[in-house]
Amino acid sequence: MTDFTRRHPLWSLIIVVLVALLLWLILAPWTPGVEAVLGRKRVFLNAIFGGLTLGALYFLVASGFTLIFGLMRNVNLAHGSLYLLGGYIGYVVSNVTGELWITLPVVFIVVALLGLLLQHQVFRRMEGQELRQTMVTIGLSVVLADLMLWVWGGQSYTLQTPQWLTGPATLPIVVGADRSGNPVYMRFPQVRIAILVMAIIIGVAMWLVLNRTRLGMLIRAGVDDREMLTASGVRIHYVFLAVFGFGAGLAGIAGVVGGTFQSLAPGEDTRFLLASLVVVIVGGMGSIPGAALGALIIGLVEQIGLVYAPTYSVVFTFLIMALVLAFRPQGLMGSRR
Amino acid sequence: MAVSDALRANGVDAPLAGSGFARVPAAYWAVGFILLIMPVFAGSFWLFQIFGWSFCLGIIALSLMFLAGYGGMVSLVQMTVAALAGYTVAILGTSGVQQISLGMPWWLYIPVAIIIAVIFATLVGALAVRTEGIYTIMITLAIASAFFYFTRQNYDIFNGYSGFNLVVPPRLFGVDWRQPTAFYYLSLGMAVLCYLAVLYVARSPFGLALQGVRDNPRRMAAMGFNVTAHRIAAYAFSGVIAAIGGILLVWQNTQVAPFTAGIPAVIDILIIAVIGGLRRPIGPFVGAFIYVLLSTFSPDVLSSFGLSTERFKLLVGLGFLAVVFFSPDGALGLWDRWRERQRKNLDPLTGQPRTAGTA
Repeated sequence: MTDFTRRHPLWSLIIVVLVALLLWLILAPWTPGVEAVLGRKRVFLNAIFGGLTLGALYFLVASGFTLIFGLMRNVNLAHGSLYLLGGYIGYVVSNVTGELWITLPVVFIVVALLGLLLQHQVFRRMEGQELRQTMVTIGLSVVLADLMLWVWGGQSYTLQTPQWLTGPATLPIVVGADRSGNPVYMRFPQVRIAILVMAIIIGVAMWLVLNRTRLGMLIRAGVDDREMLTASGVRIHYVFLAVFGFGAGLAGIAGVVGGTFQSLAPGEDTRFLLASLVVVIVGGMGSIPGAALGALIIGLVEQIGLVYAPTYSVVFTFLIMALVLAFRPQGLMGSRR
Repeated sequence: MAVSDALRANGVDAPLAGSGFARVPAAYWAVGFILLIMPVFAGSFWLFQIFGWSFCLGIIALSLMFLAGYGGMVSLVQMTVAALAGYTVAILGTSGVQQISLGMPWWLYIPVAIIIAVIFATLVGALAVRTEGIYTIMITLAIASAFFYFTRQNYDIFNGYSGFNLVVPPRLFGVDWRQPTAFYYLSLGMAVLCYLAVLYVARSPFGLALQGVRDNPRRMAAMGFNVTAHRIAAYAFSGVIAAIGGILLVWQNTQVAPFTAGIPAVIDILIIAVIGGLRRPIGPFVGAFIYVLLSTFSPDVLSSFGLSTERFKLLVGLGFLAVVFFSPDGALGLWDRWRERQRKNLDPLTGQPRTAGTA
């Protein structure tokens, strides 16, 4: 952090000013002049918080994607299918048990097992052939999408939120004043706050595992130099299996989470695959902090765009991607190799 | 090494066999003759739905084969370039959406459509060549989906979700080019033209330099070749071919909509090119023919096995997986290996098939 500020003083200043401006917009009561430009504060805050939640979901999907890519150089274009599959399995399991805290681990284990199977039976056979692996994942996504269409049909599903998470929560943020002058506080669905908290916990846990444990050390070493790690006697296939299973399971969990506040339907798999592609390209390949930053940016841009320019909100995200590619091809947090 | 392989595959190292037409193998003449007289014995369904569609998809996949096979860049944006050309034809020419279509004459809108598509392809190329390998796939996929969402949302120019219908080829020389036989010859002619163009460019100095760039960009750069410029030029050339295929495809469907270049369509082009084989320009046409046959007749096959007729994608996906697994160079690779085995069975001295005793 201090290193960054020392090297890019101007950029740090711009970032600090932007963050301060955003905090002011969120916390301070709006004057009529600001409202004339940006509309009502409630709408703006909803866009910001919606963007944060969407960013959290994108982070859950994209972090597995980027982890798999960073270690195995395998662009898993079936990642979106794993997301959708996780959502569908979560729907089935939650209908049977009705409890979220059972559904999440079950989905994680089932999808992670599928991931292990894929890595062990498919990708290990074509190691180092990046293009072929990518093609295989494309074929897998086509097959999985059709199988899921076969089993669950074309209609869309929504997972039930558990009882204790339904309803809105009141946040200590003033959005305006009612007629008698009392401050009105912001209300936001509890589920989304839970999702945000969960994503942050998972992100921090991943960071801790990567930076503080032996497995994390192996993974980081594998990202940097796979051959050297193999040569020093590490059974890298076990590391691969662990990472692929974990990434796949994370995608499955994200499917359950996404199923609670978005819908599960055919086509969602490509949507989330593309979202994670864009997130990872913007944030930098193979970098967990990059995935977090990219997911935050893309989620915010998508929601703010949805509020202020509804027709072209999707195009904004791709515009950001094109800008990043043009000026920083390795991504915001990516390192040049 | 790979360049000389490619040349040998194209028959370049056989100058003694004569020049020009005499160098074309007999099998090519036979296939060409059969294709020419096809309307005599094939019904209009086969001419229009099977062969016409195969040629359109084959041309678009050919543009991908050019980029991937000679340039080493797997671009998923070719279907988008094709659809953009189709959209331009619909917008500038005539279509069922009269408040948008401008109704220009054909000699204006066809060149303009190709030029716009080439400009788009060049821009995409300029962005995509900053990356390599799998990154290129990801970025072109993202651009293709951005185009899909953009056309779906934009109602002023692209007419949003429904797109344009009733886009028909112009009546030229008193021929209705949407008649099966006329369209068959039109698409066949264009396919042959594009095929020959790719062959020609692949053997031109530019094409050879491009293959050098594919095999070793650093060495080519050290020799003074502008690697980036060659790659972008390859995108531009493939844009011309994709545009031609796109215009034909729009005429064949008589409509163009966001789903013309949706993610499944984009991936279908990749599947076609890979199933056919990415190493030779004839591959995409083989792949397109297989794909069209599968998509047309798989409902019958599936229902005869007692499965639902909607599982066509499953069949195509499994076929694609099988090809990628067992024969990374596609159906043509299988054919090559079969030929190789046949040749190994010949006695090198006499050229006669080996018998059990002499081997």
